[in-house]
Amino acid sequence: MRTETRSIFLHGMRDGFPIGMGYFAVSFSLGIIAAKAGLTAWMGFVGSFLTRASAGEYGVYSLIAIGASYVEVVAMCMVTNLRYLLMSTALTQKFASNVSLLKRILVACCVTDEVFGISIAYPGNLPPAYPFGAMLVSTTMWASGTAVGIVAGEILPPHVVAAFSVALYGMFIAIIIPPSKRDRAVGLSVIASFLLSWLCSVLPTVREMSAGTRTIVLTIVIAAVAACVKPVKIEDHDEA
Amino acid sequence: MKHSLLIYLFIMVLVTNLIRVLPMTLIRRRITHPFLRSFLYYVPYVTLAVMTFPAIMEATSSPWGGFIALLFGIVAAWFGWGLFPVAAVCCLVAFVCEIL
Repeated sequence: MRTETRSIFLHGMRDGFPIGMGYFAVSFSLGIIAAKAGLTAWMGFVGSFLTRASAGEYGVYSLIAIGASYVEVVAMCMVTNLRYLLMSTALTQKFASNVSLLKRILVACCVTDEVFGISIAYPGNLPPAYPFGAMLVSTTMWASGTAVGIVAGEILPPHVVAAFSVALYGMFIAIIIPPSKRDRAVGLSVIASFLLSWLCSVLPTVREMSAGTRTIVLTIVIAAVAACVKPVKIEDHDEA
Repeated sequence: MKHSLLIYLFIMVLVTNLIRVLPMTLIRRRITHPFLRSFLYYVPYVTLAVMTFPAIMEATSSPWGGFIALLFGIVAAWFGWGLFPVAAVCCLVAFVCEIL
């Protein structure tokens, strides 16, 4: 491995660590649900390691617990994870043009809300080593948390779990606020997102929408409106 | 009908990762269409914002704990703190709100 690639990989691992800490707390509570679905610690570890989707896994384990059909599981995965389609699409634009298809596919597999967040925040083109490093650390902690949750159940006091689970949102905030400060259009989009997301969770009828569906619908609507009102200037920062 | 746990998990792994990989195999070049470029520019921030609020208020036992953690996080991020410090501030604030 070239020294530069190595240091980018290590940088990714370092940034993946706080993500992994948040993951551990969340996947710990996910493990408690997985145990109800009948998963063993190993199944939980491997399933979480290969899937890496909080809302998606939560939905699937709840379905397994009630003995739902395979078709329902497919539908659940599609709806809760459709946002990854948008995120991967956004990432296709972050690569230097000489990045191989295999690496692009592997980076796509790294896409979670958080790893995507830090990848899109990476200055300039995204070197694949960065998400790989972040993914390795955070996914291992995500999978471990699930397994520990399945075995240990409810040993952590609830207020500790609550405090930990806020970590993920803290990272989201750290990603969206700096560009909001620099670019007023981003800032206004973020405020609109907060407001509409909250409205959709309290208004009658609309609030029946699952959180996954709400995320997809609002993302498409708000980003489309922002793109119409304030189109970004085309600048090609591909130096390759 | 008895369903197999392993088939359930296999479906979950397969479908979730296919969704991630699909755009990478279809889109190899720079998108030049101005609307699409602008749309993709806004997507990440909008998605993360939508997922943060009001969800952060459901993560804590009282919605206020999450809300106050959000406010502290925004202030810390505004002053240029990094991922980990902002996350730590939010956890700390949430923890204090939980025990009060």
